[in-house]
Amino acid sequence: MSTEPEYDEVTKTYTTGHEWDGIKELNTPLPRWWLWTLYATIIWSIGYWIVMPAWPLINDHTRGVLGYSQRDTVNAELAAAKNARLIFSEKLLNADLETIENTPELLEFAMAGGKAVFGDNCAGCHGTGASGAKGYPNLNDDDWLWGGSLDEIHETITVGIRGVHDDTRLSDMPAFLTDDMLDKDQIKNMADYVVSLSDNTHTVPEGTYEVFQENCAACHGENAKGNKDFGAPNLTDGIWLYGADKETLISTISYSRKGVMPAWADRLDPATIKSLAVFIHSLGGGK
Amino acid sequence: MTFRPDSGSAKTPIIPHEKIDRAKVEAVNKAEHRSLYAAQKKIHPKRAKGTFRTIKWWVMIVTLGIYYFSPWIRWERGPGIPDQAILVDIANSRFYFFFIEIWPQEVYYITGLLVLAAIALFLVTSTAGRIWCGYTCPQTVWVDLFLVVERFFEGERNARIKLDKASWSSAKIFKKIAKHITWLVIAVLTGGAWVFYMNDAPTLMHQLIAFDAPLTTYFWILLLTFTTYLLGGFAREQVCTYMCPWPRIQAVMMDEDSLAVMYRSDRGEPRAPHKKNDTWDDRGDCIQCRQCVVVCPMGIDIRDGMQLECIQCSLCIDACDTVMEQIGRPKGLITYDSLANFERREKEEPEKIHIVRPRTLLYTIFMIVLGGSIIWGLTHRSNLEVNVLRDRNPLFVQLSSGDIRNGYTVKILNKTHDIRKFSLSITGLKNYDMRVVGVQEKTPEGMPIIEVDRDRLRSVKVYLSVHRENLPTPSIDFSITATDLDGTSVSNNATTFKGPNK
Repeated sequence: MSTEPEYDEVTKTYTTGHEWDGIKELNTPLPRWWLWTLYATIIWSIGYWIVMPAWPLINDHTRGVLGYSQRDTVNAELAAAKNARLIFSEKLLNADLETIENTPELLEFAMAGGKAVFGDNCAGCHGTGASGAKGYPNLNDDDWLWGGSLDEIHETITVGIRGVHDDTRLSDMPAFLTDDMLDKDQIKNMADYVVSLSDNTHTVPEGTYEVFQENCAACHGENAKGNKDFGAPNLTDGIWLYGADKETLISTISYSRKGVMPAWADRLDPATIKSLAVFIHSLGGGK
Repeated sequence: MTFRPDSGSAKTPIIPHEKIDRAKVEAVNKAEHRSLYAAQKKIHPKRAKGTFRTIKWWVMIVTLGIYYFSPWIRWERGPGIPDQAILVDIANSRFYFFFIEIWPQEVYYITGLLVLAAIALFLVTSTAGRIWCGYTCPQTVWVDLFLVVERFFEGERNARIKLDKASWSSAKIFKKIAKHITWLVIAVLTGGAWVFYMNDAPTLMHQLIAFDAPLTTYFWILLLTFTTYLLGGFAREQVCTYMCPWPRIQAVMMDEDSLAVMYRSDRGEPRAPHKKNDTWDDRGDCIQCRQCVVVCPMGIDIRDGMQLECIQCSLCIDACDTVMEQIGRPKGLITYDSLANFERREKEEPEKIHIVRPRTLLYTIFMIVLGGSIIWGLTHRSNLEVNVLRDRNPLFVQLSSGDIRNGYTVKILNKTHDIRKFSLSITGLKNYDMRVVGVQEKTPEGMPIIEVDRDRLRSVKVYLSVHRENLPTPSIDFSITATDLDGTSVSNNATTFKGPNK
């Protein structure tokens, strides 16, 4: 029901002119600034519908006049980042490893990239700090089975060890027990001999030296200092991949050890492998 | 006695009291009208003349002068380093202030400065009320400036009221447009000055004119243009009353001895109009001319007592003193006064200004201690910072020779503008072998020399090896010392050398 607006003495306000069962409503409109803000947002939203992606359709959505897309933006940013890296990647590709290590700009890039790649690909076996574990070499020390120079590290990463790569680093220590090359007593004596190489308080049964020269020296060397061409470890130092106690050594001699590392040539691009080699060489033990 | 500027001089000839400028108005923001839901009523403050107005003009000139022109002051620092005296260099994370240069990790100096400013505000407020609000607050200063423009185009109070009521004519349109354009120009300059603090001012000026400045600078200019125009031109006193938290907080800093702009009701009441030859007996000095009301930029009546809205700008003092002079009564009917003085007058005790109170003393002592610490810190801070980070993964490495090797990352921060060379030495560790990656140069004693570029941080990898037989315990505390080769600064850094447990 509509009546004329009335003036209310108490509140000094007019009524809306509407009446419901004798109840009248005071006319207290929304603040103007509030209304204007509302109108502005309405106008804004109409503009937004037109220029930006807004309405969902059955198989698609409206694209908007500007054609804006967050996915395109991300792709463009990724491409830009890749391009930015490309400048350095190409420099890495064209420079030899020594040059990379001696050029601060390249070194910084290689180290940053190498560290990230190491975390993604190598840390699983060698540990996040590259300190290795039983059967997985510590890359911080100066004991390298296949050589610790920049080029040797690079080669090892590229072709892997006992892997599927055509040029993979390959060596095969006999399992002296199962291959019937030594009997159990000889193996025990040999273990004692190997322990004595790095611990001169350990006593060695007689005749073992000759057995070593006959069976082991071909790879580990006459003085047992190892040979990186065969990945044969130095048996005289204090660093042991599988353990230096007699039990472990008996097991190693009896059944051999055949650690495997994948070849990364097929998985990482050449520039990345270079970064990785430089990073690992820098860990402190590189030669 | 209360503070009363140039009291006693009565050079102005006494004029017939009927001719005194009188206004038949009520304060727009009188308590009774102060409904939260009422629309803002425009205030048309009349221009006051007098001591405080003069002080306020000077404060305006000085503060605006500092704001607009200080980015243009040059300060030679050396090659490759900005020569702007005050510069917040965000890209290179430095703050330059004349001879002071603050690095991001020293941001606590700025914290200290802000705390100092806050306490200074407390001290001033407890001593003399809302000095900050009334004289130096940017809102007050810019509103004052915007009012100058408004008066210039639209005339004095009465003319402005008339103009606002008048229907639209070409003259009104011209005046309004001219006013708003001038306001906008001021607002743009205000926003423009802001971005000069973050960039080299002359370079940015050229870029701005050529429209190839960074987009963010245009954003900031636009934002500050908008806020200045809105707050200075339209929101005005509403900012102080509704937006600003400070008026609500400061009540706790004030006590009965704090000075504040007050109407001396004991002297002014009972108020009534006065004719020239009427007697002054049995009545107050207030002649109901309401000049204090019309000059008030906050739209209040000071005679209603202390109010939240009052920013204590003192313009009502000027207005009242002018009238008191004209009618030949003593000045200071509205003046800086304290509640304690009201009581003293009631008890017929002499008035006094009691500034040294436990509260003000505490604030002062705190300011001296804090300010002293900041100055001591700034003058005694080292221009060399060294951090030694011990490798923790792995903790140590066994080498084939039986050596135990520990790795350390040593970060050397050269805060000077010269290239410096530092030697690294070890104390507390014996029979060690030190290798610093990428460093060949050595002192005659065999210590590695590390060169650090001007204003730069250099991070080097240090490897220390000790044969395990030379390690008495699995963990040895020692220190790595970086010494400037010219001997001016030394930094000792404690760290540990770890080896196997047996």
